[in-house]
Amino acid sequence: MSIALQTATAVLLVAAILAATHVPLGAWMHRVFTDERDWRVERVVYRLVGVDPRTEQRWQGYAGSVLAFAVASVALLFLLILGQGLLPWDLGRSMHWDTALNTAVSFTTNTNWQSYSGESGAGHAVQMLGLTVQNFVSAATGIAVAVALLRGLARRHSDRLGNFWVDLTRATVRILLPIAAVAAVLLLLGGVIQNLASPHSIETLTGVQQTIQGGPVASQEAIKELGTNGGGFFNANSAHPFENPGPWTNLLEIVLILLIPFALPYTYGLMVGDRRQGAVAVGVIGTLLIGSIALATWAEAHAAAGPLASMEGKEQRFGIVWSSLFASVTTGTSTGAVNSMHDSYSALGGGVPLVNMLLGELSPGGVGTGLYSYLVVVVLAVFIAGLMVGRTPELLGKTVGRTEITSAALVTLTMPALVLLGTGLSVVLPTALDARANDGPHGLSELMYAVASASNNNGSAFAGLSADQPYLNLLLAFCMFAGRFVPIVLVLRLAGSLAAQGRRPVTAGTMPTHTPLFTTLVVGTVIVVAGLTFFPSLALGPIAEALS
Amino acid sequence: MTRQLSAALKALLVLTVLCGVLYPAAILAVGLLVPDRAAGQPVEVGGREVGSALLGQPPSGAEWFQGRPSASDASGETSGGSNLGPSNPDLATAVAEREQALRAANPDAPQEIPADALTSSASGLDPDVSPAYARWQAPRVAAARGLDVSQVLRLVADHVRPAPLGGVLGQERVNVLELNVALAALGRG
Repeated sequence: MSIALQTATAVLLVAAILAATHVPLGAWMHRVFTDERDWRVERVVYRLVGVDPRTEQRWQGYAGSVLAFAVASVALLFLLILGQGLLPWDLGRSMHWDTALNTAVSFTTNTNWQSYSGESGAGHAVQMLGLTVQNFVSAATGIAVAVALLRGLARRHSDRLGNFWVDLTRATVRILLPIAAVAAVLLLLGGVIQNLASPHSIETLTGVQQTIQGGPVASQEAIKELGTNGGGFFNANSAHPFENPGPWTNLLEIVLILLIPFALPYTYGLMVGDRRQGAVAVGVIGTLLIGSIALATWAEAHAAAGPLASMEGKEQRFGIVWSSLFASVTTGTSTGAVNSMHDSYSALGGGVPLVNMLLGELSPGGVGTGLYSYLVVVVLAVFIAGLMVGRTPELLGKTVGRTEITSAALVTLTMPALVLLGTGLSVVLPTALDARANDGPHGLSELMYAVASASNNNGSAFAGLSADQPYLNLLLAFCMFAGRFVPIVLVLRLAGSLAAQGRRPVTAGTMPTHTPLFTTLVVGTVIVVAGLTFFPSLALGPIAEALS
Repeated sequence: MTRQLSAALKALLVLTVLCGVLYPAAILAVGLLVPDRAAGQPVEVGGREVGSALLGQPPSGAEWFQGRPSASDASGETSGGSNLGPSNPDLATAVAEREQALRAANPDAPQEIPADALTSSASGLDPDVSPAYARWQAPRVAAARGLDVSQVLRLVADHVRPAPLGGVLGQERVNVLELNVALAALGRG
């Protein structure tokens, strides 16, 4: 089967599965966040936490809860990692304090950048009690913030956005846990391990020693993909045969990554009472994602060094097509799991994941984060279109005024500021330069990829970079935290300001936001904003490498 | 803010019980029903564990089929790839060295060496090789064991796993450990 045909069939296969799942899941998520009643287990949670589930919060209160939860998460995870020697199943594993801090921030922000290696940094207790838990709740936080923004668009003359604790609990209990449990069982049946064994040594048939690792991998693998987290149980992440044993588990992992990001647009359509809005969102993210898959696969199949070198850093059971597809999916969402080593990709093939991140993680983006990042771009697009035709910009009957556009503009500026300043700082510091595994343009790509990955809460890496050193650990921890929570606060501010408005009636002069023309406008906005911001640095990295 | 922080801590602890204890424990319980899968499909020969069907193994003598090159020598203590970029001269050097070593060890093998024989895998523990690479090694293995090349080639052919869904999912592959186990049985028979 030719590469082109295999790619096309692969994309169609994944698209067909998502086409079947997005409506029921999207409708289910809509019900979850509009339901008046609480499940029994949820009432227990609310009682223990001490919140009244019927009390809704203003945007400031909602943002305060998100931040408080983040701070508590970082603090507790940091202490858990440092204190893992006191816990059972620690396997004698440990991390230095700066690595531990980086890891705590990384998993709390849904980034899952890993400057430690799973086999030496984290025992089974930390993996379950710390990392698996943050895989759930960081994803739930992303969904909660997206839902708050949807309420802002849907509500009229309201100063309330919902209750963060309720949204967090429901996202975890009603969406993530049930799907993850089913997926974990499927992965287990597919060969992903699930045990509490310590690494043990065996003698092979041919008389050589080998260490066999253990761990509760299946339970973590499921939520790692479903929550678009991406942090590998093992250093090799989803390339490790114990995390991703074969072609079927690989397909399942890809579907899990895309499941919620492609269903949330449907939820969006239902929340605002206009399903066409959700269709536009799917059109935009689908176009960008398929474009990047096509480009990455083409680059790997026709890399300058030929298909021979393309197998460097790839697994035989996946091959070029399912590696490039995974790479595009994992960076198009903010997942960052890898089933092949992006650092060994051809210049263009490795440039695609980088560009996917620099687009701002909205094609389709992480769970929740992708949808709110997309809506921020929609606000920008509406504003630009409004300027062009000389009318007041409106989205779903809401005026895009000063508060709305400043919030959206600041969200759009946060990530590039972090990426460009962080990369710029690193290329003049010898300690960062020494961390590169490759010289020249590819070395610049390694550094830029790391900072972009952190600032976008992606977590994948050009893994040749020796990132486990105090400077990079702390720089990237800062980028991850700011890259996550500055946009979240601004998005909630935007949501609060939208909720306070009434809804203007549709007139002949209203610009429709559900047409193919508008879809094109949004795609254009995404590409122009990222292109203008990052073209100069991309020219020095992957583009220079491709041309040399 | 203190009220928020205390609510946050309590919420985190409750959710830790749910997602960090009960959930993995439930999946561990399911694992007890499929102990072989849960443990990573250990392979036993003569009552002794000789590896996992999922993991590639370190290289050994000429009489065994070899897996793909590994950045960690398939030790199993760690995992990962070489992370060498295509423009890195170290990669060209590594490929050239592997080519030289393979030619020296396989004087009777065909001229063209398959790509997966020359490149290191992503995990460093790739359990598979391409059918082409397995066939490529057949003359060496046959010579070292005093077997017929056609006999060894037949064994390889029996162990080719097709890519599921008519070739759409992944690539054709041969599991090296399973092939070697069958090879050992062949030698005894």
